[in-house]
Amino acid sequence: MDFLVGAFKPPCNVSISFVDTKTRKQVPLKKDNGQTIMVPLFQSQENIIGEVLIEPTQGKKFEHNGVKIELLGQIVRELDVPGELFERKTYQFEFSTVEMPHESYNGINVRLRYILKVTIGRNYISNIVECQDFVVRNFTPPPSINNSIKMEVGIEDCLHIEFEYGKSKYHLKDVIIGKIYFLLVRIKIKNMELEIRRRESTGSGPNTYVETETLAKFELMDGAPVRGESIPVRLFLSPYELTPTYRNINNKFSVKYYLNLVFVDEEDRRYFKQQEITVYRLLES
Amino acid sequence: MISDGVEDEEKWLTAGIAGLQQNAFYMHRALDSNNLRDALKYSAQMLSELRTSRLSPHKYYELYMRSFDELRKLEMFFKEEARRGCSIIDLYELVQHAGNILPRLYLLCTVGSVYIKSKEAPAKDVLKDLVEMCRGIQHPVRGLFLRSYLSQVSRDKLPDIGSEYEGDADTVIDAVEFVLQNFTEMNKLWVRMQHQGPAREKEKREKERSELRDLVGKNLHVLSQIEGVDLDMYKDTVLPRVLEQVVNCKDELAQHYLMDCIIQVFPDEYHLQTLDVLLSACPQLQPSVDIKTVLSQLMERLSNYAASSAEVLPEFLQVEAFSKLSNAIGKVIEAHVDMPTIGVVTLYSSLLTFTLHVHPDRLDYADLVLGACVKKLSGKGKIEDSKATKQIVALLSAPLEKYNDIVTALKLSNYPRVMEYLDTETNKVMATVIIQSIMKNKTCIETEDKVEALFELVKGLIKDLEGNHQDEIDEDDFKEEQNSFARLIQMLYNEDPEEMFKIICTVRKHILTGGPKRLPFTIPSLIFSCLKLVRQLQGQDENPFGNETSTTPKKIFQLLNQTIEALSSVPAPELSLRLYLQCAEAANDCDLEPVAYEFFTQAYILYEEEISDSKAQVTAIHLIIGTLQRMHVFGVENRDTLTHKATGYSAKLLKKSDQCRAVYACSHLFWVDDQENMKDGERVLLCLKRALRIANAAQQMANAARGNTGSVTLFVEILNKYLYFFEKGNPQITVSTIQGLIELITTEMQSDTTTPDPAADAFFASTLRYIQFQKQKGGAISEKYEPIKV
Repeated sequence: MDFLVGAFKPPCNVSISFVDTKTRKQVPLKKDNGQTIMVPLFQSQENIIGEVLIEPTQGKKFEHNGVKIELLGQIVRELDVPGELFERKTYQFEFSTVEMPHESYNGINVRLRYILKVTIGRNYISNIVECQDFVVRNFTPPPSINNSIKMEVGIEDCLHIEFEYGKSKYHLKDVIIGKIYFLLVRIKIKNMELEIRRRESTGSGPNTYVETETLAKFELMDGAPVRGESIPVRLFLSPYELTPTYRNINNKFSVKYYLNLVFVDEEDRRYFKQQEITVYRLLES
Repeated sequence: MISDGVEDEEKWLTAGIAGLQQNAFYMHRALDSNNLRDALKYSAQMLSELRTSRLSPHKYYELYMRSFDELRKLEMFFKEEARRGCSIIDLYELVQHAGNILPRLYLLCTVGSVYIKSKEAPAKDVLKDLVEMCRGIQHPVRGLFLRSYLSQVSRDKLPDIGSEYEGDADTVIDAVEFVLQNFTEMNKLWVRMQHQGPAREKEKREKERSELRDLVGKNLHVLSQIEGVDLDMYKDTVLPRVLEQVVNCKDELAQHYLMDCIIQVFPDEYHLQTLDVLLSACPQLQPSVDIKTVLSQLMERLSNYAASSAEVLPEFLQVEAFSKLSNAIGKVIEAHVDMPTIGVVTLYSSLLTFTLHVHPDRLDYADLVLGACVKKLSGKGKIEDSKATKQIVALLSAPLEKYNDIVTALKLSNYPRVMEYLDTETNKVMATVIIQSIMKNKTCIETEDKVEALFELVKGLIKDLEGNHQDEIDEDDFKEEQNSFARLIQMLYNEDPEEMFKIICTVRKHILTGGPKRLPFTIPSLIFSCLKLVRQLQGQDENPFGNETSTTPKKIFQLLNQTIEALSSVPAPELSLRLYLQCAEAANDCDLEPVAYEFFTQAYILYEEEISDSKAQVTAIHLIIGTLQRMHVFGVENRDTLTHKATGYSAKLLKKSDQCRAVYACSHLFWVDDQENMKDGERVLLCLKRALRIANAAQQMANAARGNTGSVTLFVEILNKYLYFFEKGNPQITVSTIQGLIELITTEMQSDTTTPDPAADAFFASTLRYIQFQKQKGGAISEKYEPIKV
């Protein structure tokens, strides 16, 4: 039995660890199988330092064609020349000031992942591969220009409003302050909501796929206003799982955010006006 | 099948309460285990029940009150959390994550209340934020209740003067601003309610709105409770802002209620000092607003204020309250062209009450008010509306009540002009009120002018006004009103005979227009008033000033004669006869023989020509005999004529018993105790014998007709007359005649044919006892009686 089991088991255990595992922030990451695991968080130009531990099972020796570690898609480091491995061996590795301009992203049709991959090359039989995910988040300083969004819109002889959101760019924990001013109301409004919508587009040209999700539905007003009423807007973004706005990442995909102001009338007809906002990640102090 | 709306509503309420209780249960559990997240989650769900649109305000209130109680527990929890070190600012943000606005705002107000209490931020900032955020609820009922909640939780946290929340940054102005803003928004929501839903349910909605009015009015009450709202702030900020909202909302219900509210909640002295501002709003209100009630309330309050203390009166003068109110009323009436009469009268009635309280010395003001009222009423004819009529009565009664003196009211030249507008019935009621006031206060009306003025007021009682409605009048009511008018005549009095005579002439002039139904009530009263004057003059020398025009008894008697004559038109012979006899007696006392004789003559003529009823005749003859007996003014000849006639009438009465009694009464005409020349014993005896004969005849007639002789009462009565004259020393009455009569009676009583009559027996027995008593008394009388045997 032991023999049989041993035949299908990998001949060694491979594990990757980081030097600063204890101090580094961990963030949740959703895996393909739906499980959420905690992974370390990095940002661009950080050093990624750690070690790979390879331990042959049952103290047996095995041959290999060399050991390498790669930061997937980017950098490869040779860790060992071909040879034999018969006891536990640790390889240090370091990727210094790695440029990681794009953040990890887990969307509907697109994912952006960062992975450390250790490969133990072997002859005639398949290589031994071990992967370690990590997350990259990049911080942005507050924008120097951040204009308000202000606009007068309406449906002729039906509804005229003027709305104003204090800013056009919001960080992830920001709060949207604004007001809706009613210039003309001829429909029987039941309520008014502010939605936050995420628009993820992948591919390009005729092969563009667009997915839109409503992340927040926030009731702003209950009942029918009359002309001259001004309704305050105050929406805290922190409860919602937003990401920064991503524009044309590697010519592969974009993620954009919109504020959608929706009026519902007594016959449940919906009137709306959508405005794009930019979301960014502000360095948490 | 149309489902029953009320039943459905009950169902929805039950469902709402159930939902609320369930979530409250989970909320309590979260509170007990200090689970903030769950507490917020379940409280928001609980408050979601308030998002319903299905309940009427009445039912919604029930749901609201339950939520209110639950929120108190949550508030306690927030306080605890804050004490445990949870940042109140974070809490303030956290509750705002709720996706539904109504629960979110209820939670925000609840945390806000704790926030202010923690003093981590200036109260004014939190208050301002809360009142601004509440704008998100534009649904009238839900908005009203939410803001009512805000008002409730913030009441004890306003940065008022002396409050713990007052600070450098927080002043009472902020408190006022906050309440004013909440008030304005609530009123807007309230007014908007009427436009919600289908037009056919308008009436129901107005009723529902009315139920909600106190939620709005509460804000004004809060304002009035803020210590820092002194007169200046009230004048400069509070009142103008409130009025601005009242005027601008252009809603009848709201305007009426809020004006009323302003008047009720703020102090009187503020009203007095801001009268201009308050009054200037009135003409700007919607035409349908019941402005008269509003103004009346205001004037009533000010009147009471004035009545409360004399010290405040100078304030009224200083601000010229009367002219301001007077102008305002004028403007309001002008602005509301089709204001019903009741409105006009109510306004003037209130103004009159006001001026009577505030300016009791300014009778001209009162007259001015009445004059203005007349002007507005002119051209409208008699007032038909019974409510308006009632108001006029109130208006006219006010001066009477205030002055307790009709004389003062008589100076009001416009008073009778207002009365003109009353219908006949009410005019009488008013006249009765006036008379009652006079009687109650024992007011004496002393001059002819005043009598004229007074009669102008009560003319509804004196004569029929415009068209005779006599048929419809209740007999008892008529009697009562005429009796009261008759009493009034007695209150018209002046010590000076000249003036009194003038008064009498005036009264006579008026009452003679009263018609046959009134004269029997009014004339006797006037006659006695005259006789009173006669008695007054009777002691004085004739014509003390030697002046031809001066009042003399003779002159008065002439007037009396003519006056009584007027009764003949009624006709009222019995009453006239009595009055003639009264006058005769007065003339007797004045030593005016011809006058007295004339009165008797008139009385006799009436007796002969007008009084035919036997009972009336009996009464009349006894009156004549009684009066004539007391007359001493007549010479022998006149007296003979009159006594002869009287005895003649007596003997001609119908019933024998009446004849008998009248005849023996006549015996007194020949024997006047204190007059020596009037003691004719023979004729006395003749009368008594004649009476006996009649009594005999009466018995025989009875015997013939019924088989028994009837009672001996008449004989006993005659026996008593005999005894009387016997005692008085009439020589014609002897012991033997008395003895004979006693025996006659005794025999009669024992006779078989006599009907037993216990009363007569007792009468006779006590007569005999009297004789016995006189016999034993001793002295001259005993000697006289001694020979009589019983």
